[in-house]
Amino acid sequence: MTTLRKLSWVELKLFVRDPFTLIFTFAFPFFVLFILASVFGNQLENEEDVRVWRGVGPTDYYVPAYVGLVFASIGLLALPLRLAGYRERGVLRRFRASSLPIWSILGSQLIVGALMAVVGALSITIAARIAFGTFWPRHLPELLIAFLLSFLTFGTIGTLLGAVLPNSRAAQSAGLILFFVMFMISGSGPPRETFGDTMRTLGEVLPLTHVILVLQDPWLGYGWAATSALVTAGFLIGSALLSVRFFKWE
Amino acid sequence: MTNVISLEHLRKTYGNVVAVDDVSFEVEQGEIFALLGPNGAGKTTTVECLQGLRHPDSGSIRVLGLEPRDPGLRGRLGSQLQESALPERIKVWEALDLFASFGARGGDWRSLLEDWGLADKATGFFSSLSGGQRQRLFIALALVTSPEIVFLDEMTAGLDPAARRTAWHLIQKVRDSGVTVVLVTHFMDEAEHLCDRIAVINQGRVAALGSPQHLIANYAPEIRVSFDYAGNDVDWLERTPDVISAVKRGQRMEVLGSDAVIVRVAAALAERGLAPVDFRVQQPSLEDVFLRITGAPE
Repeated sequence: MTTLRKLSWVELKLFVRDPFTLIFTFAFPFFVLFILASVFGNQLENEEDVRVWRGVGPTDYYVPAYVGLVFASIGLLALPLRLAGYRERGVLRRFRASSLPIWSILGSQLIVGALMAVVGALSITIAARIAFGTFWPRHLPELLIAFLLSFLTFGTIGTLLGAVLPNSRAAQSAGLILFFVMFMISGSGPPRETFGDTMRTLGEVLPLTHVILVLQDPWLGYGWAATSALVTAGFLIGSALLSVRFFKWE
Repeated sequence: MTNVISLEHLRKTYGNVVAVDDVSFEVEQGEIFALLGPNGAGKTTTVECLQGLRHPDSGSIRVLGLEPRDPGLRGRLGSQLQESALPERIKVWEALDLFASFGARGGDWRSLLEDWGLADKATGFFSSLSGGQRQRLFIALALVTSPEIVFLDEMTAGLDPAARRTAWHLIQKVRDSGVTVVLVTHFMDEAEHLCDRIAVINQGRVAALGSPQHLIANYAPEIRVSFDYAGNDVDWLERTPDVISAVKRGQRMEVLGSDAVIVRVAAALAERGLAPVDFRVQQPSLEDVFLRITGAPE
């Protein structure tokens, strides 16, 4: 346990010292939230608005979406970059020579990711509340489960990407592409109700779309997005199994 | 003496390439044991198998009486690997503190900082270290859990001559505290000065095994004596006892012989009233052994 604690503490410091992941985890979601909030405001004008923004003001709609985006950034950028970079540079090999079990390496990454996810989610929620008067999440117990499920899903997706991508260059390119594609068509960019059929269908196969719905439903007071929760759990189990299958030390 | 490592008929191939053909040896507790050999001889693969980083195709390995990768070995082995690194932004003290926590016994990393000349770099990032400093940090990391066996692969690669001497001295101190040291090297002077026993590995096999003195006595015992003969007749040297060969090269006479050749040649020259200038004696070295065994041209 000392090892896991020490490793997590060091990893936390390394996370904070890396400007790339810091920017995408903390600055980017804030930045987009503030732009979109100033473009769309937080008022519904007509029936069409009610449909597009799921019955709440645009800024209220976006807050849970950006919590989802924080998770996506951790899972698509921070984790793969770290793991693939560690493999490329021989850090994993070095750890292995010290008989460090794999669970403590992955565990420390997930602990740090979870901590960053909590900090990111809280700061987005509080900042939006202060700046735009958005409401607090409405169904907290469901939201906590949604939070856990969503984070773990992106955590294992990150582990899988880190397992299959050969080096940090590949991890960075693949991660950025996935991140921006998901950002644009998963409901964290333009609302999905404004999309045509093709874009909607594309969005259906991306984990962030479902993670956002899983977070939004309890947040906005609509209970529980059961179908999306199942799909999210599917991504979680699928990527966990594939990670175990494809993980390589060097 | 107890064996801390025993290796029998190790074999490891990568596809069609035979990295290790058939290697067997035992390492005794408290000795400095070197694997010496040309590039690609299979030294690194052998120690990687010992550390459980690779699975051999066949052969049996016992390290401290256990299989490699046995959880019981955790923290009892220290290792400095070729081609390994640390995260760019980890600080030197953080790396030592972290690696110290990998072993049950912990270790005093502060004294290692001093020993390995890293004290003034303790709060520096790994990325800010020079090649030599990185190398010394890796050795310190290998020692930080107070291991029973330390594997050092090309330990002094990238170190300047002064740092190499310091490293040798420190490794001898480590050994004096009862730790067994397994060294992979292709530096002859390092093997000769530092090691108790050497396994010369060539083409995936143990070509010779023993102390440096033993290897020299068995594989390259000849002493070389040379001097400026200044036009004098010295051809009779060939018939002097203990002389194996006497050849003129330019202005110099080169005499090759066994043990007593120095005294024989010197006495014979003095007897004839000759006192040649620049009389040199070259003792056989491990390098001669190495070249003879690996078949490289002399």
